[in-house]
Amino acid sequence: MLRDITLGQYYPVDSVLHRMDPRTKLFGTMAYIVSLFIADHLLAYVAATIFLVIAIRMSKVPVKFMVRGLKSVVVLLLISVSFNLFLTPGTPIFKIGFIQMTWEGVEFAAFMAIRLIYLVLGSTILTLTTTPNQLTDGLEKSLGFLGKVGVPVHEVSMMMSIALRFIPILIEETDKIMKAQMARGADFESGNLIQKAKAMVPLLVPLFISAFRRATDLAMAMEARCYRGGDGRTKMKPLRYEARDRMAYAFYLGYFVVIIAIKVLL
Amino acid sequence: MGIIRAVNLIFDYIRHDDEQDKDEINHALRGVSLDIEEGSFVAILGHNGSGKSTFAKLMNGILLPTDGTVYISNMKTSDEEHLWEVRKTAGMVFQNPDNQIIGNVVEEDVGFGPENIGVPTEEIWERVDKSLEAVGMTAYRLQSPNKLSGGQKQRVAIAGVMAMKPRCIVLDEPTAMLDPNGRREVIKTVQELNKQEGITVLLITHYMEEVIEADRVVVMDDGQIVMDGTPKEVFSRVSELKEYRLDVPQVTELADELKAAGMDLPDGILTIDELVDRLVPILKEERA
Ligand SMILES: Nc1ncnc2c1ncn2[C@@H]1O[C@H](COP(=O)(O)OP(=O)(O)O)[C@@H](O)[C@H]1O
Ligand SMILES: [Mg+2]
Repeated sequence: MLRDITLGQYYPVDSVLHRMDPRTKLFGTMAYIVSLFIADHLLAYVAATIFLVIAIRMSKVPVKFMVRGLKSVVVLLLISVSFNLFLTPGTPIFKIGFIQMTWEGVEFAAFMAIRLIYLVLGSTILTLTTTPNQLTDGLEKSLGFLGKVGVPVHEVSMMMSIALRFIPILIEETDKIMKAQMARGADFESGNLIQKAKAMVPLLVPLFISAFRRATDLAMAMEARCYRGGDGRTKMKPLRYEARDRMAYAFYLGYFVVIIAIKVLL
Repeated sequence: MGIIRAVNLIFDYIRHDDEQDKDEINHALRGVSLDIEEGSFVAILGHNGSGKSTFAKLMNGILLPTDGTVYISNMKTSDEEHLWEVRKTAGMVFQNPDNQIIGNVVEEDVGFGPENIGVPTEEIWERVDKSLEAVGMTAYRLQSPNKLSGGQKQRVAIAGVMAMKPRCIVLDEPTAMLDPNGRREVIKTVQELNKQEGITVLLITHYMEEVIEADRVVVMDDGQIVMDGTPKEVFSRVSELKEYRLDVPQVTELADELKAAGMDLPDGILTIDELVDRLVPILKEERA
């Protein structure tokens, strides 16, 4: 059962967004999040909504998959909405004891909620349309400039992509060790927290030993295939901007002009 | 002179024991010399701990000899400036199929080696296509390696080595973790590469059936080469092989027992057909 877990939440369909360069999507997501924090006028939120609807339509991912991502922030959403609702000073709507609700509070809470929901939806679109591998590639390439100031960008991205390859293997292995221990009478389910934690020790020890062995083997295999870091390395699948990426950047620019104009003029 | 030349190889593993503050020395290789001809298929046999893996790792500079020299197409593995050329020339396939695949997609893993040595993008694609074709894994090129069988994973690993255009491949027990089907699959692939592409093969194994078709069999014991010859020559010395804790193919063993019981059979029978051909006339004669 453990091996059914899929990494990330990539939704495999063929759409313009899926085919877009990961850098374009990363930049777009970032720009969108920034725009949400700049926005403080109703019109700006209208613009943000249009942006989001266009992106969702272009991704060809069913809306219910997008909404699923929201479940994880429901609690956060409720807390921030109620704080804003009841703790913002201003013209009161009603008052019970020391608790009061204000018109300003309602407005603030509504914008806050929209901001949070849009933020989650925006980043969900990114992960639904981009494989973890493309994401790593995109990050490596767009953060490449950090390499000049000593940040090991290539190494970090190589580590992430190796982790992605080995997580399913290690999950499967955990599953196997667990079954082997259970066959010998180990009990992972009952008891209090401390007992449960103790029961994990015979699981973690063999898992760690095996992970270290794998790491040594893999390092050797990589060396045998002439791996020597990012210098002088070519790419089998280099990232290249296409017409659709240029159009996307033009769209971002237009969107940002609108957001700034609303901010400055209204 | 051969493509692989090992001259008087000595290798010691030195482990420092902190408690007693002294070095623990393990003599893994004690003077191994071997000359392997380009295009040949050489098998290395030996029980656990006889130094086979150590020898393999010396072939492409993963380990450097304590004493002696390894030449790969006349380049010393210990010369820093030749290291990458050596690793390109002598590819290596390891035992555990999971721990040598780096890519998350089959074709990307095959492209990993060429990427490392700076091959231009279009040529990487050509090499990947050709290598996948050579090991018969083209249909799986877009799959995740995790979804493949053990034998298929090893074939991907072989393709990954082939994509670097090596002249020889060293395989360290590539079939040890596979089921019989996977074993056949991998050995067949290696034999084809040897015959069709002329790649020199150094196959380390302890499955006797995989050795029968080799051009040459080398037996190692306790860090030394103790037997060297054609499969026929080596397997005709059944009692000696048993001393080195090695099995012989079942047919060979049967023939050897029959011979000991007084039948007129030659040494070094390797296949069932061969034994049948020899036995039939003898039995006919006895009946007459
Ligand atoms: N990393 C190591 N550290 C110390 N000793 C080792 C190491 N690897 C192998 N040995 C020792 O070297 C000898 C040869 O091992 P190896 O080359 O792995 O043999 P084989 O592959 O034939 O089983 C063995 O005695 C083994 O215990
Ligand atoms: Mg070994």
